Amino acid sequence: MPTPQIDSVQLCITCIVDSLFPEVGEAVVAVFDRLGIDVTFPEAQTCCGQPGYNGGFRSEARRLALHTMSVFEASPAPVVVPSGSCAAMMIHGYADLFQDDPPNLARARALAARTYEFSQFLVDVLRLPPAAVAAGARLDEKVTFHTSCHLLRGLGVKDAGQKLLAAVDGVQVAPLPDAQQCCGFGGLFAIKHGDISSAMLDAKLAAVRATGATTVVACDMSCLMHMQGGLSRDNSAVRCRHLAEVLTAGQGPA
Amino acid sequence: MTFQTRITKALNNPTLQIALDRNSERRITGRNAVFATLPDAEAVRDRGRAIRIEALSHLDQYLDQFATNVEARGGHVHWAADAAEAREVVLRLARESAARRPGGQSGPPIVAKGKSMVSEEIELNHALEAAGMKAVETDLGEFIVQLRGETPSHLITPAVHLRREDVSDLFHQQFGMEQTLDVAQMTAVARAELRRTFFTADLGLSGVNFGVAETGTMALVTNEGNGRLCTTVPRVHVALMGIERLVPTLVDLEVMMRLLPRSATAQKLSTYVSLLSGPRRPGEPDGPEELHVVLLDNGRSRALGGELAESLLCIRCGACLNVCPVFREIGGHAYGAVYGGPIGSVVSPALFGSEFDELANASSLCGACRDVCPVRIDIPTMLLTVRAQYVETGQPPAWMKIGMTGWGWAMAGTTRYRLAQKFAALGTRLLAQGGRVRRLPPPLDAWTRRRDFPVFASRTFRDRWRERRQKP
Repeated sequence: MPTPQIDSVQLCITCIVDSLFPEVGEAVVAVFDRLGIDVTFPEAQTCCGQPGYNGGFRSEARRLALHTMSVFEASPAPVVVPSGSCAAMMIHGYADLFQDDPPNLARARALAARTYEFSQFLVDVLRLPPAAVAAGARLDEKVTFHTSCHLLRGLGVKDAGQKLLAAVDGVQVAPLPDAQQCCGFGGLFAIKHGDISSAMLDAKLAAVRATGATTVVACDMSCLMHMQGGLSRDNSAVRCRHLAEVLTAGQGPA
Repeated sequence: MTFQTRITKALNNPTLQIALDRNSERRITGRNAVFATLPDAEAVRDRGRAIRIEALSHLDQYLDQFATNVEARGGHVHWAADAAEAREVVLRLARESAARRPGGQSGPPIVAKGKSMVSEEIELNHALEAAGMKAVETDLGEFIVQLRGETPSHLITPAVHLRREDVSDLFHQQFGMEQTLDVAQMTAVARAELRRTFFTADLGLSGVNFGVAETGTMALVTNEGNGRLCTTVPRVHVALMGIERLVPTLVDLEVMMRLLPRSATAQKLSTYVSLLSGPRRPGEPDGPEELHVVLLDNGRSRALGGELAESLLCIRCGACLNVCPVFREIGGHAYGAVYGGPIGSVVSPALFGSEFDELANASSLCGACRDVCPVRIDIPTMLLTVRAQYVETGQPPAWMKIGMTGWGWAMAGTTRYRLAQKFAALGTRLLAQGGRVRRLPPPLDAWTRRRDFPVFASRTFRDRWRERRQKP
């Protein structure tokens, strides 16, 4: 299969990056700028609806799914999401929500077919050499990679993020023990069952400590916010960063 | 006790935490290693799934065929619509068998029980004891659990919540055994106790792993030999079976047997696989005089027509419990249901109704269960279906209903969304100490009890995007 010629993408920033971690969004844009891919940001976008879907509040989730679909239907360009979890929601969740609604199911499927998570898009779709994506980035640190559940199991993206991370100059990647174990975030689960969620986080942070890494990298800010919240509470100096931030590290502000 | 109380208890039980960690580590490693020895494992899983789907898609026909074949081989079939009917059949058969004791000894009817989750589902031990009968669990794990007055905490390994130290204490108290950590020595104590039961029991009871429609055969997958004794030594054998437990043919059974022991106990094949086809025939040295099969519905036919039907494909291997990070923290008893863990959080509401819906909330939806399931049951998607039922039937707490309705409204329009961002930024800035929020008000304090929360950005990504675009 030839590498598809894609010169522009629509950015679905996710509400969590937009509201809490705008620097991650800027890093994503900087990576695309460097690759010469034009980014558009449809400003009507809000939240993909995942909290409602995962919480069982389906009518709220459908409302946001319809909103999000209409936002990204305005252009035929691929939709790139810097989150495995929100991408999985748009790719699988929407089809589930509209399984008894054929016209909207067709819309959901059409959007799903051109929606990708950030690392998946660069490595598995554009098939760019990791070194080309990481060109110019430098991070002299020991890092470890958290394979977020929805990226790994929901989208079946096995190692795109790891490949990109390993290509960054100066980075020393330490494998995370029990890497495929959930960090315990789970959206509303972290509130409804905060104690179970915290116990799962403790296990994950013990694994992080065992690596000796100073930075945890992942492709989902929700998992990273959860882990950073625990690390911060423990007064740990370990930092959580999105892959896009590492891919633009050492290059000054975007 | 509420679900939350049971969870708190489990999280604060250090013995349980050690036992659960040991279980998960051992079972996950073992399962992965033994699946690596199965050629075309993924194709075998696909076939296993297809076989189960076929059986359930024509369940009426296969049940009819199965029952006809059981009877043709001299067995008796009893249809039980619910737990009460099933209990009644077993009680009657135990009473009748005790009345025909050779030598006419008196004493309460004795039931030797092999491992059966269906017997737990119908609360059989309780009913037997209430009727003045004696029920003895003969599976080692079940025996331990029964001595402690507990219920099984795992589909396959009922005493998984205990360490060998706890079993040593138990046998020391109950049988005067000297304290030991030697499993063989402890097993010998249990064996001596159980031996008597097998030879005095009026009735042997077992579960059924698979019923084969084309032959009326029942397959029992065991490791201790107690199942074989329960089903052959007592005069009467009663097999308890959920109606969904069928496979069409013996060839199908062989496929399932490649999957079940590997998924359940990380074995290529269990120590014993018994294929039971009818009672003892004239001239045969072994086997019961009578064979009875109790086919239990108890919500299954209703579930088959509903949104959770896929959960009936389950072959009760327990692999999803072993990989589940939530089960690893809270164990089986916390679920407060006969069937716990990921699949139990779907099966329980499917069979027993909406009072079990809340179990589905105890999941991060990580998907490890779907990955490990030998018949590829999409457990996470069904957990979401249960959660939707939970919401539709008005069960969530008020804060969640209000919060989620408000959230849905705020996110549905760009202006409202931007306003919500500004409010959140202001709120978290006011609450922050040193750039992080250390305490949030209830119910969000469930987050901040263990985790700090970040401050919302004063300049969001969309603000920055606009500024960038406005630059020349």
